[in-house]
Amino acid sequence: MNQAFEKEHVVGALGALMLAVGCWLALFVVPPMVNFGDLGRPLFIHVPTAWASLLVFTVAFVIAIIALRKRTRGWDAALASSVEVGVVLTALLLFQGMFWARPTQNFWWTWDPRLTLSAVMFVSFAGVLSLRSFAEGLHRRIMWTAVSTIIAYVNVPLVYFIVKITDRGIHQEHSTPQTVSDVYHLALRLNAFAMLFLAYWLIARRSRLILAVQGGADAGPPAPQDGPELVAGVEG
Amino acid sequence: MKRLLRQIWGVFKKDLLLDLRSGGRLTAVAFFAGMTLLLFSFAAPPDGISLGLNAAGYLWLALLLASVLALGESFRIEVEDEALEGLRLLPVDPMALYYGKALATTTLLIGLCVLVLPAALVLYGVAIKGAVWKMIATLILGCAGLAAPGTLYSAMTSRARGQDVLLPLLLFPLVIPVLVSAVKATSLLLHGDINPGGSASSSHLSLLLCFDVVYWSVCGLLFGKVIDE
Repeated sequence: MNQAFEKEHVVGALGALMLAVGCWLALFVVPPMVNFGDLGRPLFIHVPTAWASLLVFTVAFVIAIIALRKRTRGWDAALASSVEVGVVLTALLLFQGMFWARPTQNFWWTWDPRLTLSAVMFVSFAGVLSLRSFAEGLHRRIMWTAVSTIIAYVNVPLVYFIVKITDRGIHQEHSTPQTVSDVYHLALRLNAFAMLFLAYWLIARRSRLILAVQGGADAGPPAPQDGPELVAGVEG
Repeated sequence: MKRLLRQIWGVFKKDLLLDLRSGGRLTAVAFFAGMTLLLFSFAAPPDGISLGLNAAGYLWLALLLASVLALGESFRIEVEDEALEGLRLLPVDPMALYYGKALATTTLLIGLCVLVLPAALVLYGVAIKGAVWKMIATLILGCAGLAAPGTLYSAMTSRARGQDVLLPLLLFPLVIPVLVSAVKATSLLLHGDINPGGSASSSHLSLLLCFDVVYWSVCGLLFGKVIDE
């Protein structure tokens, strides 16, 4: 079956390319970090993943507000897919952090405020997806997903600002051009945009898939195409 | 505004009346909370010291677990025999419905605190060393922080399959900030706040208040969307 080429693939390919270049810079070109030496290199993917996850949840929050008003299948698919991608990014974030912390801090997990809140953010949005899977009917599914996304989002600004409010734990100040050495800017920026482009690509692909599955489920079995008709298993 | 307040009062009274008339349910929730307190004592060495140190955490976990039971019940009675449909046919603002029910659940949880707190003090061998008014404020704000998102989520999950799993799954992560500040404030009040003027417990109390304001306003705004079908 021929399908039209969908434009999001361009963004996805660009993201993959930027991620490859960014990781090559991070692994082989930039100098080792003063504190962690070569063990600091995973941070070039960890920090962009954190940015992307917070941004994707923010997008999900905005889509949830729109979905509450519009209540269409398209907005529902966009909302569900952005929450899903956000959850995947947060899971990646937690695992990256754990694999970085083991050799540098000598633990897999600690009750650092930002880490704890990130874990809470992960389970909150995973809960949204569970609730969604139990909701019956389009209207109920949109309403419940949107409402629970808006409430779960209450935690997201906290994850971002907690390092300013309380003890920073193992996390540092916000990574901005002022707080990060010049030599690291390019690799971090490339990876940050790469993660965003890949997140966009995943959200677009997943939305199309959700729409296709739901469309199929609502329309019932597909209409017979050209070809031999089957009547009670016998070719007619 | 006056009309809204009257409606809130009406829903609040109705819910409390139902709770009081079905006394068996209330007693069961209270016993459940008490039993949880007892169970926690097996999680620590039987020396009394560890239990006393963690008393605030055990108290709030018992309240949280009991609140899930109370919340589940609060909407189960509305779903049975389509009572919620009947309520929605009345000219009642959904916001009044939400605030009435949330206030009733808060009151129920505060009632539970009155029973559970003395039990925790006795079982874990601790006493209130900080200001009593602060302890009362912590309990009221903590219960309000559990009831606000809980009421909204139980409105959704009561009409879904797998409601027994869904409510805790959604509620627990959401109330962690409330729980953390309530536990910290209670712990400081039980063991004495060494900061000048009890400033540490006050800052936890203000954090608790902030979460309450956010949850009570956001959930109140969204409740109409959840029951409007």
